[in-house]
Amino acid sequence: MIDFLVSQGWSKDVATGVALLLGVIAVSSFGLVWVIFGIWLERKFAGRVQDRLGPNRTGPFGLFQTFADLGKLLTKEDITPEGADKFIFNFAPLLSVVAVILIWAVVPFSKEWIGADVNVGVLYFTAVGSLGTLSILLAGWGSNNKYALLGAFRVIAALISYEVPMILSILIPVILAGTMSMQGIVEAQHIWYVFIVPVTAVMFFTSSLAEIGRSPFDLIEAESEIVAGFNIEYSGMKFGMFFAAEFLHAFTISVLTAILFFGGWRGIGASVAGAGGDALGFVWLFIKSVGLYLLVMLIRNTVPRIRIDHMMSLNWKILVPLSLVNLIMVAILAKVFQPDYAGQFQIAANATGLGALLYQFFGVNIVAELPRAIALLIANLLLWVVVSAVLHRFAILDRRRVQDWVEPATVAGEHTASAPAPGR
Amino acid sequence: MPNVDVVQWIAFVVLSLLVLGGGLMVVADQNLFHGALWLLVCLFGVAGLFVMLSAPFLAAVQVLVYMGAIVILIIFAIMLTQKMMGQREALNDRWPVGLVMAAMAFLLTSFVLVLASNSPLLAGATGNVTGDTILKLGNSLVDTGQYALPFELASLLLTAAMIGAIVIAREEA
Amino acid sequence: MVPLIAYLIVAAGLFSLGMYAVLARRNAIAILMGVELMLNAVNINLVAFWRFSQPVTEAANGLKVGMAGQAFAAFVFVVAAAEVAVGLALVISMYRNRRTVIAEDIDSLKF
Repeated sequence: MIDFLVSQGWSKDVATGVALLLGVIAVSSFGLVWVIFGIWLERKFAGRVQDRLGPNRTGPFGLFQTFADLGKLLTKEDITPEGADKFIFNFAPLLSVVAVILIWAVVPFSKEWIGADVNVGVLYFTAVGSLGTLSILLAGWGSNNKYALLGAFRVIAALISYEVPMILSILIPVILAGTMSMQGIVEAQHIWYVFIVPVTAVMFFTSSLAEIGRSPFDLIEAESEIVAGFNIEYSGMKFGMFFAAEFLHAFTISVLTAILFFGGWRGIGASVAGAGGDALGFVWLFIKSVGLYLLVMLIRNTVPRIRIDHMMSLNWKILVPLSLVNLIMVAILAKVFQPDYAGQFQIAANATGLGALLYQFFGVNIVAELPRAIALLIANLLLWVVVSAVLHRFAILDRRRVQDWVEPATVAGEHTASAPAPGR
Repeated sequence: MPNVDVVQWIAFVVLSLLVLGGGLMVVADQNLFHGALWLLVCLFGVAGLFVMLSAPFLAAVQVLVYMGAIVILIIFAIMLTQKMMGQREALNDRWPVGLVMAAMAFLLTSFVLVLASNSPLLAGATGNVTGDTILKLGNSLVDTGQYALPFELASLLLTAAMIGAIVIAREEA
Repeated sequence: MVPLIAYLIVAAGLFSLGMYAVLARRNAIAILMGVELMLNAVNINLVAFWRFSQPVTEAANGLKVGMAGQAFAAFVFVVAAAEVAVGLALVISMYRNRRTVIAEDIDSLKF
């Protein structure tokens, strides 16, 4: 790109500037354009789950429904409540969108296509994610409405709690890859991490769902039960921005899960140098992300909402201890079973017959990582057994508690005997 | 690229304006909530300065810990302790003394710095930082010969602070 | 390249602003924010000194030393986090008992 512009007689500085600007626009608008299509996809999917058709009137297959919604949002009255803190009130929706789009700067779309391969990539996206939290706080405060403020408090309490297991589980790919750069993590995944540390992947996915306030953790908004929460005073496009940010965040979480645990752009032919390989890598990442996103939508449409005390106890009593144990376990095992790439390369060079075939088939890197992968997988499965036993115990205790609480009123023996039968 | 120096200076001036302007508004804004937001601006500028000083890890931690956690805590405290809107906080009676002392501190420090500006370290342009600083920082933090003990003590401090904060802020049952 | 002295002067300015906030504001939370400004000024100084002396020390001593500035700054982060957590807990507890967050009104020890 830069070379092309320079060959057209542009100065090098201007060409670099233009190329950078175009890159920024491309990366940031990709997400926004995807929102338009993704909302349609989500509504269609929800429709199918609920045994109806979903939007089908506007355009072919209802594809233009989102544009119609956009027109509706834009023409609605833009209300700023009396006594609101004007600047903060107007700034909050903007910040919520910006915080999500900023994450895309470090997403590696393929071997070469990445906004900025910063060596603190993982830290960067957790840091930027916390700006989203801030936007909710600003919205709650700026509205001058006690329900908005209470909603904001509730959200922040949940988000800050779930940040702990999320960050602790992000550390695991970092340990395994030995780098915090997103590109580095993708390149180190000769074996996808979801096959090595499945418990961590599930934990990351769950706490991310809570982090973005998606069902079953959507009591942040819980639009069918309580007034909408922090965004109650917002109308028109400002509400639309919160909505788009939440939506885009959900997709971003799928992309990040795909990158951290499902090998990112890795796939057949994606590591070939040149534009073809890059395009393939992009397609692979997109397929993985959409697959995960379908899972998010399926969860949203089928799992009932969790109560807030359950949400908090799930986090502090299960996810946080589990992620701490998991972190310690992975750190020790990764240290003990360090893959010996150089040694394996040597063995591979001297191997003959079946051994050579094995190396050829799997690739030397995978063979080198195999002991670590197997050890971690076994440890993870053990952890999973323990966790499900503990969860089972929790469930039994909880059910007993509820029964004890209900019993005196309804189930006591002689009481039911003397009570008049219904319908008499 | 145009002259690297010029770009660096522009970035430095912009970031310094963020830092000092944000800091000034933290001090001057009578609305505490706005003050906390200005603190964000100031901290963001400091993170930018860290990037310029080739410490990207600290910059990310600055955003994560300061902007993501400390400022949110401060805003929480403001919300819990204030009436919702239009709260105005006055300065105390001795604010001129404080102003004079702060101004004196700044002028004195700058004066000394300018006096010493001929020393090679202060004026000299040194070479680039080499190697992966994040890796080196990580290694030095767990190296028993360097900062392993302070590192452990820091974790102890954090645990103690966490327990202390819970005990203090907790409502007596 | 921007010389060290420029960073130091910015840090001095930030420190003085924080100092003024601590000396002049009445609200305990505002005072805490002033302390945060001062800690940040210190951090700028630490990292700036590290940045400008690191190539020199590396050349002299090899790679073993030379993260002191960044490591210290990291510890300042830890201390700042601890300080804010405990400080705000104190403020909230104070507000609960005395219904005020004005530092001068908390004077029961001055009988």
